[in-house]
Amino acid sequence: MSESNTTSDAGCIGIDLGTTHTALAEVTWGKSGLPRVQVVPVPQLVDQGAFEAQQLLPSFVYFAHNSEAHLALPWDKSRRHSVGEYARRRAVQAPGRVVSSAKSWLSHSGIDRRTAVLPAAAPPDVERISPVEASFRIIDHLCEAYRSLERPGGELSDQEVVLAVPASFDAAARDLTLEAALAAGLENVHLLEEPQAALYAWIESMGAQFRNHLHVGDVVLVVDVGGGTTDFSAMLVQERDGELELLRVAVGDHILLGGDNMDLALAYALKSKLEHAGHTVDPAQLSALCHAARHGKEELLSRPDLDAIPVAIAGRSSQLLGHALRTEVTRQEVETLLLDGFFPKVPVTARPEQRARTALTQIGLPYASDAAITRHLAEFLGRQASAIPGGNLPGSVVPSDFLKPTTLLFNGGAFKCNLFRERVLSNINDWLAQAGCPPVRVLPGEDLDLAVARGAAYYGAVRRGSGLRIRGGTARAYYVGIESPMPAVPGVQPPVAALCVVPFGVEEGTACDLPEQVFGVLVGQPVTFQFFGSSVRRDDRAGTLVDPIAPKEIEELSPIEIVLPAENRAPGDIVAVRLQASVTSVGSLLLEAVPLTPAVSNERWKVELSVRGAGL
Amino acid sequence: MLRRAVADPTIPLFARLIVALQTFFRIVADGRYARRVLRLEAGATTPNQVSPTGAQSVQPVRDLRPALQLLSVLQREGRLVDFVQQDILSFSDADVGVAARVVHEGCRRALQRVVQFAPVQDEMEGNAITVPEGYDATRILFTGNVSGTAPFRGVLRHRGWRASTVKLPDIIGDIDCTLVAPAEVEL
Repeated sequence: MSESNTTSDAGCIGIDLGTTHTALAEVTWGKSGLPRVQVVPVPQLVDQGAFEAQQLLPSFVYFAHNSEAHLALPWDKSRRHSVGEYARRRAVQAPGRVVSSAKSWLSHSGIDRRTAVLPAAAPPDVERISPVEASFRIIDHLCEAYRSLERPGGELSDQEVVLAVPASFDAAARDLTLEAALAAGLENVHLLEEPQAALYAWIESMGAQFRNHLHVGDVVLVVDVGGGTTDFSAMLVQERDGELELLRVAVGDHILLGGDNMDLALAYALKSKLEHAGHTVDPAQLSALCHAARHGKEELLSRPDLDAIPVAIAGRSSQLLGHALRTEVTRQEVETLLLDGFFPKVPVTARPEQRARTALTQIGLPYASDAAITRHLAEFLGRQASAIPGGNLPGSVVPSDFLKPTTLLFNGGAFKCNLFRERVLSNINDWLAQAGCPPVRVLPGEDLDLAVARGAAYYGAVRRGSGLRIRGGTARAYYVGIESPMPAVPGVQPPVAALCVVPFGVEEGTACDLPEQVFGVLVGQPVTFQFFGSSVRRDDRAGTLVDPIAPKEIEELSPIEIVLPAENRAPGDIVAVRLQASVTSVGSLLLEAVPLTPAVSNERWKVELSVRGAGL
Repeated sequence: MLRRAVADPTIPLFARLIVALQTFFRIVADGRYARRVLRLEAGATTPNQVSPTGAQSVQPVRDLRPALQLLSVLQREGRLVDFVQQDILSFSDADVGVAARVVHEGCRRALQRVVQFAPVQDEMEGNAITVPEGYDATRILFTGNVSGTAPFRGVLRHRGWRASTVKLPDIIGDIDCTLVAPAEVEL
């Protein structure tokens, strides 16, 4: 009871900024002093002139054409854009004016995420926005909508806000998410990895009972398949000062693959069936087919008594009778297309197929080229074989050739289909059985759609005091590219070595050691460096030089850029600097250039993580 | 406005200007007079019908907007208006069946969001039930040989439906609710 008095008055908010849906939850403290998490339905435009609070806010932004009426909101009668359900509907009717999947673009290192590229399919007269601005619009809508609810906690900007981001987001994508939140006026923000949020939500829902499910030495695997992305994380349960503690030991790569792909795959199968029967299917009907596919998939996979589900979709005209199309989703289609296509039975040695990309096409999202989620999972466990210090499970007879989980938590809407869960589970258990390990235990009682928002809100409460905390620090080590000195040879790129500036697992609020390496930076001109990340190299310290770069362990990220203002130096001078990294209390990575001979005392310059938009 | 006033043959323009000025100042000075003018504007037939005590004798204005809004939702998601407005006789059962699936799936989804239904009577239909004295006659409708005294014994033919919760979106802005569905023009 005294605890509620010692905590600050500000509430805690959790936001799940999802690829296809956004959700918001808040923590309130009851009389008992225990935190209580509740999902706050988000008021949004659901149709022209119709306004309603719904649990999920579709992550879509629609920009009205000049000739259209205002998209009036209770707090703004002359709004020209709309976020949420109405925008989602317009995405079917007028796709060129709707921004969707902004989050996937935010983590797309192949483009400049601060330039206006969205909507990707926009006609020339539509004003485009950047992925950062799209995220800002969604967060901004949450702020406005929350304000309109007049909740006791006040505005979102008055409270502590935890934003969930994919564990696979690199430092730049995390930074850009923060940038969007700051633009929306949120100042007290923290980032949290989504699989961690899912586990926090599970812990919160279990209350004291979680101790019956988690024991020291357990490795919890979180498999999170949302609408647009797939995210894996592993946490180790350990003991510290007699208390249980969770340590996040591994995160997977960013995989653009999710439930929406499954619905689309099934919808295209239905479309081709209709086309074989001589019908034409327009975009609106394809969208209706997607809807029918999702419905059919869930029904068929949960009802063994059905072999097929009829699907009927309307045409566009007011003539419904005689113009509606009929087809059906069969069990066989669902099983071969979805179960075997997305969750095939594979050996643990399986790896995703890398299909060669067709030349330089127009800018698009780097979707996963292999749809098999189980192959991506096998790759994750294989890559992270040495994630746990001191080897893996006691009693395993085979050397650690893959990370062996003991416990499994499902998250994400795709797992509403029981058969998908069973297929993931049977794959993992087969792999474990071959290695002589016991099967995993599945953590019960998850909340697939809302867990991330709930867990993020709960994390705000955990930050303030008691409660099981997940530690882990940075999910990657980061490196700066250094060209090896060699005589210039025309047509030959000098080989690049990687200097570790941020080791793996740096906790929030910590500065890393200053590496010895000195860089020359031109005063007054931007200088770029190659930047790399690794989710598997755990032993590199700040200053470790990796040469040559192992491409399987270290991947190149967007370059970083230093602009050294002149101060009292002459433009064109070269200044020797060292690079120092720290992880801020917010959870973002801060890289700074420290001059060897400072012009003013304690001089240091921020290094931009993603430069391609720095000129804006 | 002026043009319409000129076209009106009953009172000359100048006389009406004087009336307008007089009423203007009286409206500003006299709240009750202002109320009577408002009622006149709202369509009350003659101001004489307003009782001198000021009691509410005005017809309550029925707000049809939620009803139209529900129709709009059922049309948008389940094509209900399209379905009902079409001549069904010229179509085969197969065509009607396909259309009925569209209507059923969409209207069901829409209604689930708007209304939560609960049966009035929980017993199985076809079962014999007893209705005690003092039953709520609005909840139970007797059919067949309606006679005798309580307790009444009969067979439950229909369980009834009750909307336990109803949640319609708020209406904002100057929306013409008579527009059940806008026309669509593809560019």
